[in-house]
Amino acid sequence: MPVLLPTDILFLSMLLGLVVLVFYTVRQEHLRRPWRAVMRSRSAMISLVILLAYLLIAVLDSIRIPVSPNGHVNSSSAPIGEPVTLLDFGLGGIRDGQERTYSAPLAVVAHAREMTRQPDGREVWSYPRLEFGGRHLANPEHDHAGDLSRRAVSGLLIGFAGWALVVGLMILVLASRRRSNMIGFVRLAWRGETELPWRAIALTLLMISLIAGVVSELSHEYHVLGTGKVGEDVFYQSLKSIRTGVLIGTLTTVATLPLALTLGILAGYYRGWVDDVIQYLYTTLNSVPGVLLIAAAMLVMQSHMARHEAEFASLATRADFRLLALCLILGMTSWTGLCRLLRAETLKLRELEYVQAARVLGVSQGMILLRHILPNLFHLVLISVALDFSSLVLAEAVLSYVNIGVDPSTESWGNMINGARLEMAREPVVWWSLASAFVFMFALVLPANLFADAVRDAFDPRCPE
Amino acid sequence: MIDYVVRRLLYALPLLIGINLLTFVLFFVVNTPEDMARMQLGQKHVTAEAIDKWRHERGYDQPLFWNAKGEGADRLTQTIFYQKSLGLFLFRFGRSDAGRDIGADIGQRMWPSLAIAIPSLLVGLAVHIGLALLLVFFRLTYLEFWGVALCVALMSISTLFYIIGGQFVIGKLLQLTPISGYDGGWNAVRFTILPVVIGTVAGLGSGVRWYRTLFLEEVEKDYVRTARAKGLSEARVLFSHVLKNAMIPILTGVVVVLPLLFTGSLITESFFAIPGLGSYTIDAINQQDFAIVRSMVFLGSVLYIVGLLLTDISYTLADPRVKLN
Repeated sequence: MPVLLPTDILFLSMLLGLVVLVFYTVRQEHLRRPWRAVMRSRSAMISLVILLAYLLIAVLDSIRIPVSPNGHVNSSSAPIGEPVTLLDFGLGGIRDGQERTYSAPLAVVAHAREMTRQPDGREVWSYPRLEFGGRHLANPEHDHAGDLSRRAVSGLLIGFAGWALVVGLMILVLASRRRSNMIGFVRLAWRGETELPWRAIALTLLMISLIAGVVSELSHEYHVLGTGKVGEDVFYQSLKSIRTGVLIGTLTTVATLPLALTLGILAGYYRGWVDDVIQYLYTTLNSVPGVLLIAAAMLVMQSHMARHEAEFASLATRADFRLLALCLILGMTSWTGLCRLLRAETLKLRELEYVQAARVLGVSQGMILLRHILPNLFHLVLISVALDFSSLVLAEAVLSYVNIGVDPSTESWGNMINGARLEMAREPVVWWSLASAFVFMFALVLPANLFADAVRDAFDPRCPE
Repeated sequence: MIDYVVRRLLYALPLLIGINLLTFVLFFVVNTPEDMARMQLGQKHVTAEAIDKWRHERGYDQPLFWNAKGEGADRLTQTIFYQKSLGLFLFRFGRSDAGRDIGADIGQRMWPSLAIAIPSLLVGLAVHIGLALLLVFFRLTYLEFWGVALCVALMSISTLFYIIGGQFVIGKLLQLTPISGYDGGWNAVRFTILPVVIGTVAGLGSGVRWYRTLFLEEVEKDYVRTARAKGLSEARVLFSHVLKNAMIPILTGVVVVLPLLFTGSLITESFFAIPGLGSYTIDAINQQDFAIVRSMVFLGSVLYIVGLLLTDISYTLADPRVKLN
């Protein structure tokens, strides 16, 4: 039976809600039209594939199963030890491969020289061998390069095979849905004559699966991105940080959604003094500079946690609570923008003929809000989630650096950068922690920005299709 | 005009009261003075006497709103709300939890903040607007496409990487400027160069993209076509006609941040060890000095509201068509 932390539950139910929303949108022509423009854009679809890959890792990292200390799934009812996510379970080898301190990516020896005692009693000033990285090599100087390239090639082959399987299935399904033969469909797709940019999607998938193949082959015996200060695997850390980043990027907007939706609709629909009060509320909140409000709220939250120490027994629940609190606090500073948008849109919608008709026909107010106003606001919510996502991921890093972000024990890119900020001053330079955080963040934020641009363009009333 | 300003000031009053109440609730109701004392004195092994002493020294031992023990006006004035929160309206910040005079600290620390923030703003504006105009000049070419793509890529990099990378390349490898630190007088110039350069580069992506959309909106208008028809060069059209008319949206963005320049930037100042208000706030957060954070939240909000007011006034100065009423 999976063990779920509060953020897991929220995240998974948010995804469920998203799926429901997608199904609803697909069946409504007027809602579907702008999304079709997004789907036609090549850069948006490439970005979407990459974002979905990130999302998949985040989901795998949000489903926790209790395991016994020796790494097997525990069948008895009482779990021993902390529950482990599906992602940890898949990465078992990397997680356990601890070193003592820094080592460069793919290295077999440590980063710094140490005094080691030889079997014959002499003390030698040399680079010690790693405990995990390349331990299967008998003669590292000679075999290292050969072993690396052999593994890289086999990784490429595995990645390609996996890709061929997935793309083959996709072609099968798509061709049968269009009732055309497979060769004809592939030809169309390759020439870029299909409605959706299938060629770009397939090539993006190819790139992802090749990288995944090579990395997974290499990570069986090496630290692909080196190890950090206390010998932890940087690649594992970067992968675990994905969940934190994605969660903050999405949950923040979604967690305060009920508030923004209720207040926005009420202000727009009822106008008058309700509108005044709600406008006053969000103008006040909006006047406090964001960082300062976040800092103040996080300080208060920390002292709340200190007071109720007993309720946060394990490290995981503590870190999880803090992550959730950060999402809520970040949401507190950003819901005002969404609320203002929703209010303006409701003001517009309530004057439309179909709403007036419903009112004349005697439909109750609650029903009008629920059936006629709410569904027509949801595109605004999706746009604002898309637009806010990248800046929230970036904000997490900055806040963690200022110590008002996620718990120090939570893996996050901000914490990685924070831990690595003195490493650039070392001789020789330890660059891989920073570089990994950079690459992983960039590969998430850039597609998010591109996708958000496509969404904004599609919904912009000033440039119709 | 004066009428309008007075009306806007009166309108700002309820906002300020709201912010004051918000900070009060956050710092004294959600989080009681006893929690603060506990946090400062260490969580465990803290005696009730030590907490009482800490609270008494800092004046946190009074009731929140209503002092039943007092007489006459004292019932209202001998309370935390009156002493700690209402004083903020008169910029009486009181003492920090560590016993320092916050008002004096702010007066002293705003200068280094300004020394970094003003050049950053000016250089950033000039560079971003210049590059955006160049992109518009080359519109509908490959140069524009790749320029915009580069902007999106630059936007996707965290500020932290710009700072760490800039310090590494300019400060450590090339040794052109000191990596961090600050000095008074003219020596300060040496220390401001690196933060200003990095600040400008870090804002390049979003800045250039934003100004480009502003200019693109102007560039399709009739007066631009007229100017071109009269035979003016494209560069002349862009740099004098379009730039002037795009001033209003640019002003909106700039004037609103002007008052906030005083409070400096949290990240930049802490990375470059600049003794300004930004690093003051960061230090307060790390030391969990609630009094300083509370003062800075209020000060920041006041400055933001002043900025909004200034924006509206600057409209009338920049565009004679705008009438305030």
